[in-house]
Amino acid sequence: MRPTPVPSARTWRILPGAATYIALSIAAFVSVFPFLWMLISSTNTSIDIIKGKTSFGDAFSTNVANFFTLVDVPLVFWNSAKVAILTTLLTIAVSSLAGYGFEMFRSRMRDRIYSLVLLTLMVPFAALMIPLFMMMGKAGLINTHIAILLPTIASAFIIFYFRQSTKAFPTELRDAAKVDGLKEWQIFLYIYVPVMRSTFAAAFVIVFMTSWNNYLWPLIVLQSNETKTITLVVSSLASAYYPDFGVVMIGTILATLPTLLVFFIMQRQFVQGMLGSVK
Amino acid sequence: MALAKTGGLKRYYDVNGWLFIAPALALIGIFLIYPIFRSLFLSFYSGKGMMLKFAGFGNITRLSNDPVFLKALINTTTFFVIQVPIMIVLALMLASLLNTDKLKFAGFFRTAIFLPCVASLVAYSVLFKSMFSVDGVINQALMAVGLIGTPIGWLTEPFWAKVLVILAITWRWTGYNMIFYLAALQNIDKSIYEAARIDGVPAWARFVHLTIPMLKPVILFTTIISTIGTIQLFDEVYNLTEGKGGPADATITLSLYIYNLTFRFMPSFGYAATISYVIVLMVAVLSFLQFYAARDRS
Repeated sequence: MRPTPVPSARTWRILPGAATYIALSIAAFVSVFPFLWMLISSTNTSIDIIKGKTSFGDAFSTNVANFFTLVDVPLVFWNSAKVAILTTLLTIAVSSLAGYGFEMFRSRMRDRIYSLVLLTLMVPFAALMIPLFMMMGKAGLINTHIAILLPTIASAFIIFYFRQSTKAFPTELRDAAKVDGLKEWQIFLYIYVPVMRSTFAAAFVIVFMTSWNNYLWPLIVLQSNETKTITLVVSSLASAYYPDFGVVMIGTILATLPTLLVFFIMQRQFVQGMLGSVK
Repeated sequence: MALAKTGGLKRYYDVNGWLFIAPALALIGIFLIYPIFRSLFLSFYSGKGMMLKFAGFGNITRLSNDPVFLKALINTTTFFVIQVPIMIVLALMLASLLNTDKLKFAGFFRTAIFLPCVASLVAYSVLFKSMFSVDGVINQALMAVGLIGTPIGWLTEPFWAKVLVILAITWRWTGYNMIFYLAALQNIDKSIYEAARIDGVPAWARFVHLTIPMLKPVILFTTIISTIGTIQLFDEVYNLTEGKGGPADATITLSLYIYNLTFRFMPSFGYAATISYVIVLMVAVLSFLQFYAARDRS
C-alpha cells in the first residue's frame, strides 16, 4: 500500500482558485439570470411566466402583437428618445461649460459657489418635487417634455465630472490658442471639446442612461398617454390588477435594449465616466 | 481682446469665468436652490390642494401622530441599515476575487456582474415581481433544492416583502459598487499582497487588514452614495407593489409616502414637504456621521 501523499503547497494553492471560480460563477449567474428570464418569458404566456416556466414557449408573436395593440410603440419610443437625447445634449453643454469655467477661471468667489454646487448633490429629489410640480403647473408645462428637461439639465455630478477631468487638460494648448488670438468660447469649442472627447463620450453614456431610465419625475409630470415614455408605459402595464406579463416582457425588452446597446458599445466610457467621480 | 483693453486682465478673466458658469448657475438657482427653500416654506403650511394656510409647527405635530409616516420612516431606515452593509461587503468580496492574479475569464465575470446596473429601475422591478410570484421561478428553485418546504409569499407577507426589496436593490447595485473597488484595487501595488502571502497571512486576514484599510476612502464614498440612494428609495417599491408600498404598508418608504400624499390623493403639499425635510435631515446627518466616523479612525 502506497502512503497517502501529503497535500503539497501547490494543491493548497489550487483550492482557493476553484472556490474563486465557483463564487464568481454564482455571482455572474445571479446577475445575468433576470435578463435571461426576460428573454425566455417574452416567449411565454402570462400564466406560464408566473408559474415559473424556464423554457422558451411559442407566445412571442402573440405578446408582441398584444403589446403593439395596447401601446403606440413608435410614439412612446420617440418620446423616450427625444427626452433622453435632448437632456443628454443640453446637460453636457451646460455642465461642460461650467466645469471648464470653474477650473480655468478660478477665483475665491467661484470656488465657494462650486462647493455650494457640490453640496446640492446631497439634496434628495423628494424635497424638490413638490415645488417643481407647482412651478410647472403655474408655467402651464404639465404634460410637456420641456418640464422633464428643465430641472435635469444642470447636473452637479456632471459639472463635477467635467471639472475633475479638466484638470488633465494641458494649459499650454490654451495659452498657444490665446497667442493665436482665439476668443475664450473658440478655445472651448475648437480645442477643449476635441481634446476632451473621451470625457464627453463618458458623460454622454452616463447622462443618456440616467435620462432614459428616469422615472419619478416623468411619472409626476407626464399624465397623458401622448407624452408618456417607455419606462412609464412598462410601469403602468405591470401595475394593472391582472398584468399580462407576456406583454410586460416585451415592454421591458424595449426599455432595456437601448441602454444595453449603449453599454456594450461604450463600456469603457461608461466605466470611466462612473469612476470619474472618485478620481 | 477688446475686454482686456477696457477693463484689464483681471476683469477679462472674471467676465469669462462668470459667463462660462452662468447657464448652469441660473438653472441650479431656479430648479434646485429655489425649490429647496420653497419646500421648507411649504412645510409650515397645511391644507388641501392650493388652499394653503399657515400652520406653524402643526405639520410636525401631525408627523408624530401619523402611523403611516412612522412605518415609512422605520421601513426606510431598515432598508438602508440592512441593505447597504450587505451590499458593500458583497461588492468588496467580489472585487477582491476579480482582482486575483491571472484570473481566467476576468472580463466576462466583470461584465456579467456589472450588467444589472444597465437595467432601468422600473424594468428590473417588474422582472423581479414576475420572478418572485407565489408559484414563480424563485420559489420553485428554492423548493427544488430543499431550502423551503412551502412557497414564500414574497409579495404578500410583510416580512418577505421587505426581504424582496432588499434582495432586489442588492442585485441592482452590487456590481456598481464593485467597479469602484476594482478600480481602486488595481491601483494598489500587488507586491504588498505577495509579501503578506509569503509571510503566511491567510486570505481572509489579507482582506480585513490590507484590502479594507487601503480602500477606506472609496468605501466611504460608496457608502455615502448608497445610503443617500436608499433613503430616497422609490422606483423599486412603487413597481413591486403597484404603488401601494404593501402588503399593509410593509414596504412603504418616505419617498413613496410623499408621492402618495401629493399625487395619488387630494394633494397635501405642506405636509408632504415636511416629510421631504425629514429625508433632507436624514441625508445630512448620516453623511456627516459617516464622514466623521471615517475621519476619527484615520
